[in-house]
Amino acid sequence: MPEPILQLLLIPLIKIVVLLVVVLLIVAYLTYAERKILGYMQVRLGPNRVGPKGWLQPVADGLKLLVKEDLVPGGAEKLVFIIAPAIVMVPALVMFAVIPFGEPFKVAGMTVTPYLADINIALLFILGVSSLGVFGIILGGWSSNNKFSLMGGLRSAAQMVSYEIPMGFAIVSAVLMAGTLSMVGIVEAQRAAHIWFFIPGVLGFGIYWVCGVAETNRNPFDLPEAEAELVAGFHTEYSGMKFALFYLAEYANMMIVSAMAVVMFCGGWLPPFPNLLAGLWALPVLAWIPGVVWFLAKMSFFLFCYIWFRGTFPRYRFDQLMNVGWKWLFPLSLANVMLVALGVLLLKG
Amino acid sequence: MMNGPERPLFDVEEMEISFGPQHPATHGVLRLQMKLDGERIVEAKPIIGYLHRGTEKLFETMTFPACIPHTDRLDYVNAAHNNQGFCITMEKLLGISIPPRAAYIRMILAELQRLASHLVWLATHAVDIGAITPFFYTFRERDEILDLFEEYCGARLTLNTMKIGGLPFELPDGWLDRCAKFVDAFPSHIDEYETLLTTNRIWKKRTVGVGIISPEDAINMGLTGPPLRGSGVEWDIRKVFPYDRYDEVEFDVPTGTNCDTYDRYLVRIEEMHQSIRILRQCLEKLPEGPIMAKAPKVLRSPEGMVYGSVESPKGELGYFIVATEKGTTPYRCRVRPPSFVNLQALPQMVKGSLVADMMAVIGTLDIVLGEIDR
Repeated sequence: MPEPILQLLLIPLIKIVVLLVVVLLIVAYLTYAERKILGYMQVRLGPNRVGPKGWLQPVADGLKLLVKEDLVPGGAEKLVFIIAPAIVMVPALVMFAVIPFGEPFKVAGMTVTPYLADINIALLFILGVSSLGVFGIILGGWSSNNKFSLMGGLRSAAQMVSYEIPMGFAIVSAVLMAGTLSMVGIVEAQRAAHIWFFIPGVLGFGIYWVCGVAETNRNPFDLPEAEAELVAGFHTEYSGMKFALFYLAEYANMMIVSAMAVVMFCGGWLPPFPNLLAGLWALPVLAWIPGVVWFLAKMSFFLFCYIWFRGTFPRYRFDQLMNVGWKWLFPLSLANVMLVALGVLLLKG
Repeated sequence: MMNGPERPLFDVEEMEISFGPQHPATHGVLRLQMKLDGERIVEAKPIIGYLHRGTEKLFETMTFPACIPHTDRLDYVNAAHNNQGFCITMEKLLGISIPPRAAYIRMILAELQRLASHLVWLATHAVDIGAITPFFYTFRERDEILDLFEEYCGARLTLNTMKIGGLPFELPDGWLDRCAKFVDAFPSHIDEYETLLTTNRIWKKRTVGVGIISPEDAINMGLTGPPLRGSGVEWDIRKVFPYDRYDEVEFDVPTGTNCDTYDRYLVRIEEMHQSIRILRQCLEKLPEGPIMAKAPKVLRSPEGMVYGSVESPKGELGYFIVATEKGTTPYRCRVRPPSFVNLQALPQMVKGSLVADMMAVIGTLDIVLGEIDR
């Protein structure tokens, strides 16, 4: 087989398949983890009927949703109603293309990169693609021909658009420190700087994380699907696999936000505190553990935080949410960019 | 929104939305006809009657003791007070005074039931505002209370455990010890709920200044219970018209100052502490003796009208009974349900606020539709 075809087609194809399978598996088991962790937080057991300790629960859920009747409400705008879940799901999966899960390593004389693409505008790409998801939500809410769905969709659109701005500025602060938009480049910059960026950029990290939680419509910012007011928000009328797509997309987005927090602020696949406090922390054991494990461990921590928040916080009101976004996070993130820029200028000359 | 003489650029139309009767947050089959301007409520009209069972009419066809199981089903999370209210009213009519032991056991059951009812309120109120975890904590303790009820009378919700003139059963062996154990453990659980909510910034943002009702309005509308006390009016039937032996125990009536949802939350939390205080005294003072007064096998009423009321967790629960000479059934029995009266404050409390506040207000009024529709 000629070399270019192998390089250009076969390997990326294999990677895409592996990535999709792994991501969807993690997403499925994330729902299981959420129910289990919430269960333990709330003095109950969580799923424990299907398989040992409920391990097969996500499979059972998936099967159930697959074989459910595919319902389209009578008054719905049929085409849009069917397309909307796909519009939400596809960007959520596409973003995984640029997430670097680990260091390049050699297998049988061939260098394998555990990411699909290392493009020099990766962060811009993620910001761009992630804004597409909101179209699916607003279209889904509108096409359902249900007032609760419409309100859910509108809320969601307003929320995601407003929180994208401070989030963008928080990302800019990381970019300023790294000097590159490439995800791999940012991790390498943290290795070179001997420090994870959340230490110098703690404010940006905080803003990013709050906005990230809001972007994914999770508690305490889960207004679009506020059960108490809007039944189930924009996906009230959705059932079966179409509902599952919304649901999976939400969890995939949670993974993206967590993965980006890991890459930009927590050293990506690097073991904790590279070369910092030499002797105490640079244990050889830490370096032996593959980067992918470190990456997934850090990502799990953020995902756990998501679930933790859900078990702890009440929900903001819509106007309060907008206040927090525009009156606090937006100016704060702007100031943060100035601060970081100044710091970078002074330190790097 | 556009004000003044200029015409708005677009025609603005209010959105009419029917909320319920099948809705996850309306606590049963309450329906609200709402007019919305964006997210702001222009008008909200509660529509009731989806759970109407004609209980008051049914009473007219039943002998006095046979009415008691039907009172269970009025406010179905709060059966003991419903029983107690009916029995007290009947005892007033028949001129029966019940033995002290029966009165004390009734108070123990009633205060346990108040705790159970407040726990259901706290659980649903918190879930409506988005905090899901308190639900499971409160239901854990509520289950212990229901276990105590089950041990005493076999039922967990519809207790049917009071008789006109006293009580049907003596307490089982060891019940008092188990009750005392629960009473000792409970205050620490209240602290648990408070850790999750009382000082939580988001919880405060969602409840402080929401659903304000002034003391004057509250009195004019006939509100009772925590919605009235949250507005700073010290009014508790147990204090002002003591029944059973409430005059022999010490407790405080907590009141709020800001008339809002947060104050009503604090009032109810404090009421739980006061219930524990009453329970402690009752367990300590519980006298020996019979549990039934001497009452004829077949109750025959004198002619007359009588009103008796108890302080249920929701407010003043009253029964008004009209009886005929030597009658065995009520000629007419009217129930004054606290939820029904409290609900009428809802349109005023939510007017001009956001849809999300509606949930907080429904939660804070603590309504039960079984009692409203009867």
